[in-house]
Amino acid sequence: MRVTCTVNGTTRTADDVWEGESLLYVLRERLGLPGSKNACEQGECGSCTVYLDGTAVCACLVAAGQAAGRDVRTVEGLAPEGELDPVQQAFLQTGAVQCGFCTPGLIVSVHDLLARVPHPSDPEIREALAGNLCRCTGYEKIMDAVRLAAGSPTEAGTR
Amino acid sequence: MSSTVHVGLAATVTGGVGASPGRPDGRLKVTGEFAFSSDLWAEDMLWGATLRSPHPRARITSLDLGPALRIPGVYAVLTHEDVPGRRLYGLEHVDQPVLAAGEVRYQGEPIVIVAADHPETARRAVNAIGIGYDVLDPVTDPEAALHEDRAPRVHADRPNLLRHVPIRRGDPQATAAVVVTGEYEVGMQDQAFLGPESGLAVPAEDGGIDLYIATQWLHVDQQQVAACLGMAADKVRLTLAGVGGAFGAREDLSMQVHACLLALRTGRPVKMVYGREESFFGHVHRHPARLRYEHGADADGRLVYVKARILLDGGAYASSSGAVVANAATLGIGPYDVPNVVMDAYGLYTNNPPCGAMRGFGAVQACFAYESQMDKLAAALGLDPVEVRVRNALHTGDRMPTGQLVEGPAPVEELLRLVQSKPPAGQADFPPGGTANTTRGEGVVRGVGYGIGIKNVCFSEGFDDYATARVRLEPVGGRPAVLVHTAAAEVGQGLVTVQAQIVRTELGVDQVTIAPADTAVGSAGSSSASRQTYMTGGAVRAACQAIRSRLLDRIGGRPDGLRLVDGQVLDEAGTVLAKIAELLGDEAIEETVQWRHRPTHPLDPETGQGDAHVQYAFAAHRATVDVDIELGLVKVVEIVTAQDVGKAVNPAAVVGQIHGGTAQGLGLALMEEIQLVDGKVRNPSFTDYLLPTIMDMPPMTVDVLELADPHSPYGLRGVGEPPTISSTPAVVAAIRAATGAALTRVPVRPEHIVGV
Repeated sequence: MRVTCTVNGTTRTADDVWEGESLLYVLRERLGLPGSKNACEQGECGSCTVYLDGTAVCACLVAAGQAAGRDVRTVEGLAPEGELDPVQQAFLQTGAVQCGFCTPGLIVSVHDLLARVPHPSDPEIREALAGNLCRCTGYEKIMDAVRLAAGSPTEAGTR
Repeated sequence: MSSTVHVGLAATVTGGVGASPGRPDGRLKVTGEFAFSSDLWAEDMLWGATLRSPHPRARITSLDLGPALRIPGVYAVLTHEDVPGRRLYGLEHVDQPVLAAGEVRYQGEPIVIVAADHPETARRAVNAIGIGYDVLDPVTDPEAALHEDRAPRVHADRPNLLRHVPIRRGDPQATAAVVVTGEYEVGMQDQAFLGPESGLAVPAEDGGIDLYIATQWLHVDQQQVAACLGMAADKVRLTLAGVGGAFGAREDLSMQVHACLLALRTGRPVKMVYGREESFFGHVHRHPARLRYEHGADADGRLVYVKARILLDGGAYASSSGAVVANAATLGIGPYDVPNVVMDAYGLYTNNPPCGAMRGFGAVQACFAYESQMDKLAAALGLDPVEVRVRNALHTGDRMPTGQLVEGPAPVEELLRLVQSKPPAGQADFPPGGTANTTRGEGVVRGVGYGIGIKNVCFSEGFDDYATARVRLEPVGGRPAVLVHTAAAEVGQGLVTVQAQIVRTELGVDQVTIAPADTAVGSAGSSSASRQTYMTGGAVRAACQAIRSRLLDRIGGRPDGLRLVDGQVLDEAGTVLAKIAELLGDEAIEETVQWRHRPTHPLDPETGQGDAHVQYAFAAHRATVDVDIELGLVKVVEIVTAQDVGKAVNPAAVVGQIHGGTAQGLGLALMEEIQLVDGKVRNPSFTDYLLPTIMDMPPMTVDVLELADPHSPYGLRGVGEPPTISSTPAVVAAIRAATGAALTRVPVRPEHIVGV
């Protein structure tokens, strides 16, 4: 089948899509946007988080056909070419990136959280990110990154 | 939370050793542009898939590939008969089939591989293959496997005992006033890196193959792949693709040979990417263990003897089990000075999933047991748990049970006192049960527990452990620039950052590029055993020093005390003698260095005596937990940890390693286990294999000591593994303190706490 949707502000079309393909597969393998990651492909790890019509979803759980005619925004589309979104900047500044496999999904989730709750408390941050697994950082520097992006004081000492 | 670095010297060079410059790959990683191994793509690429055994032990009675071959879009269907070279591989023992031949020894063992034009076509082809099995009773109990009369051999040509490491120190008949005994069990933990096994094999014009792969050690992969393909090593060229975490699980081969076989057969690039379920079958795990300990102490709590027996289930193939057994044995009484030791550690073949390297590597299992024993001893004597540890703490100049002298700093007591001295934890963000409203505080009890561990750094037992670095200083646009080329695997730990820092410090050049890691340069050894900053860092430093020497030879008279700073050569007084760019002219200076740590030695096979290890590293944890004693739910409220790193080459990255390692230890304490029934994995998914989420992790307070090791580069000590070792016993001790439950097994389950 053919799937046409808006991706990061541009109309994109994928041909010969098999009905069983996920939005994640179409983004990664057919539209050249591998930024959204494939860590569990069952909605447990959040590595493939994207916006679908402004709502953060796991792209692995969205059938490609469900995305037809809708607006998709991925990690590649959070900031204009050559620039970084404040969330991306904060992840770099706080050392919240190690292997980086969870990073794109986390960045979209944090972007979504701060759009809804500009100054989240620590418990609010933890609750909002409970669906994003990270195996490297123990989440401490991710907490720092969110606090920094939210303009909250961060308690982290070592930089 | 707060992270402090003690003792260390301030960084003297911007972006140099001791500073925390950003990762060079950071920007690509936050924008989604960084190419992980599963992101690779090539024109005309095919997709590989694998048929795996559903049985832990069976004979293959029939195989019909026809139905798979008839599916349009399928390009190759290969079995063991299509392996042109050696049909077995393995890190220590070459015992694992590339593809099973006639017999399978664990659930998930690969039997047939397929290449097709779409991953779904490949999956369907795998499902279409006709295969018959004669299912046999699997050997699943390592205790039975130890006895030839109680279990059949997993491999017909060898006994199930993979390795036995005995250690004997002092008087085996020693007696003591106070004796505590315990039996403990550690479940099978998974590394659960997020980036699945994946890679792209591209057939080359010279008949060879180029493999882009996420691995921990390019050259050991190259050696094994070349042998299995029956090719010369120079025809098998590996380049490191982006690695989505490793933690030991990428030390063995997974899809490397398979992708190459399919690419060579079809003449097209072949990509293989495991899904999460397949990933659980695609790599080795942490050895499950059964441990029996007897500690004897005098009335003051000083240890007189330790007797221990450790059984490690190696699963169907050897992987690195031999080295894991040696670690469990040599580090198995912990960072304590004990005059009399009787230790026996065993690794067994069974039909359970193969086990091998995971962060902590044999030291993790033992630490849970010996730290549980130290708490038991403290209780028996009415002593504080920290006090009993301090009374027995290892110090510089003491000897390990192997007879090896502890030469470097051994701040066991200091680390314990540091974590003990922190103020008590405050209120938790969430009650046990999180936001599920399972309690409003009724039935919730708090407890505090401690743990300390010891880990060897680098490869041990006489292994020829080296790293290679090629460093090139050259003028670029009128300014000096440095290119570093190694085969060292960046797996997330920050090695690419550290290499550039070392260059800046040694050569005073800010512009440093780290070339992609590949096999065009000599081996860097493995990104494991907490060794890469020590080893590849050491090699980069040595290469820089050789370049520095050649550069300074160009200064007339070559005065003493010259320094390279900001692209200039300064004398002792700080006067600029020359610019590096001018000294270079149009010429580049390049040095390739193969660098080794001090040699180690094998253990005596009867007594376990020998200087087997290069360096010891220590970390301590204090855990505070709230436990809902009605439901058996645990919330870790806070973790305080302290670790000696010798020199924090990159303090931010060091703290990141300590956070992440601690989290994996917490996971083992509370939730992480591959559950096996009759050799079959019951939970191969992230729905059923639980990993700590951001809701499970507490705030952490980290103290970093910098007590230099005189033998290592910059005095540094390996960082990655120690934090994983002692957080597990600390969390369990805290739950015991809160509940009084005995808790002899990890992960602790709710039913262990409530006693149902």
